[in-house]
Amino acid sequence: MTKSPNPPGYMVRDRARHPKALTPSYKTSVVRSPERAMIAFPTSIGENTGPVFGHEMIGPNDNDLVINWAEPGQMALGPRIIVRGRVLDEHGNGVAGALLEFWQANAGGRYRHKKESYLAPLDPNFGGYGRTITDENGGYEFRTVQPGPYPWPNGMNDWRPAHIHFSLFGHAFAQRLITQMYFDGDPMIWQCPIVDTIDSKEAINSLVATLDMSQALPMDARVYTFDLVLRGQRQTFFENRWEGL
Amino acid sequence: MDHKAPKFKESPSQTAGPYVHIGCTPNFSGIGKVWAEDLGARMKTGPVQGTEIEIRGIVYDGTGTPLRDAMVEIWQADAAGLFPSPGETRGDADPNFTGWGRAASHMDTGEFYFDTVKPGRVPFHDGRLQAPHISVWIVARGINVGLQTRIYFDDEEDANAEDPVLSALEHKVRLPTLIAKSQGKNSYRFNIRLQGEGETIFFDV
Ligand SMILES: [Fe+3]
Repeated sequence: MTKSPNPPGYMVRDRARHPKALTPSYKTSVVRSPERAMIAFPTSIGENTGPVFGHEMIGPNDNDLVINWAEPGQMALGPRIIVRGRVLDEHGNGVAGALLEFWQANAGGRYRHKKESYLAPLDPNFGGYGRTITDENGGYEFRTVQPGPYPWPNGMNDWRPAHIHFSLFGHAFAQRLITQMYFDGDPMIWQCPIVDTIDSKEAINSLVATLDMSQALPMDARVYTFDLVLRGQRQTFFENRWEGL
Repeated sequence: MDHKAPKFKESPSQTAGPYVHIGCTPNFSGIGKVWAEDLGARMKTGPVQGTEIEIRGIVYDGTGTPLRDAMVEIWQADAAGLFPSPGETRGDADPNFTGWGRAASHMDTGEFYFDTVKPGRVPFHDGRLQAPHISVWIVARGINVGLQTRIYFDDEEDANAEDPVLSALEHKVRLPTLIAKSQGKNSYRFNIRLQGEGETIFFDV
């Protein structure tokens, strides 16, 4: 075999910055956390590649939760916000063409889901989900309403801080990530058993979006800024070579 | 060579939670209104090359209870061992095969299902050939970081024996947790156990 390019692998995930599997204050993790050590090996082409999502699959309202589920002429209820930011890799480079999917409760803290147990009212004009694909610089934005906090079955008085769930697809299956965005200044962040699964306060703060009033749309929406970071590729001149080279 | 730590750190994971299906499989959840079909619902966009297979499984928790709220994603090579991805530089993959599938566990039985093709063999990072396998990623309420594993096949004994990942495993007694079992013609079962007796091998890759 000659001159077959071997795409660079991905840097090892810094597990210390991620939650542990077993976090007893988040009760569901107790029976859903593996007990054995994970087996590590370097990424190869199956982890270094991933599906591609084209801009053509994104509909005009996919990134506008205020209207994408609303009846014609109607809008979702609640304080309108734009969430805007960049998807970067660990070298600080923008990740172009990344797929972001997001979902959230409505302004009253209620999800549109069969198994929702918090009986705040549904908003007939709010589905609570959307998606977008980053531009050539890794930039993205979507419009929505600020989600409400909600109580959930864990401790008797556990409430989730207001949050938006994010699913991210970069260029490689190794970069696959699901996380959540919180809102600057929310005191409930620091009382949440799910937030608390992350040990590092700095890491938690990286999930907190900041309000940017300088970018707010007059008489329309405030802007929250939220950057996300996906795993980066290793950079080495001494990448493993193919057999025979 | 530069030994600096990365300038930016990967965003920490948070659980997908109980409502991941709202965002990732809204049509499955019965609330589809924004796009016509859930992403990853179809891995074939036309006639495909190779052997078409189905894979079914259930994700079990540490008590042996099926997860009814899991989401499972797979990523794999086509029948010729090529990935339908710009990162694939060895040739053109089957144009009618996406390589990527996403399935929600059935809300009553917990079963997930993929309609796919048997993957070809692809090289490991050092060039050794791996046995046919599928990369798997599992998220759910109570899972703080998405879990990675692999599906290998019980009818690939020779390839499995020389696979660089399988052959490096110290505890061979756990190896069967990575092998899908044939259930008749072109149908395989791959159950995942998150914890306890028969815990599936998960990878940090
Ligand atoms: Fe939530």
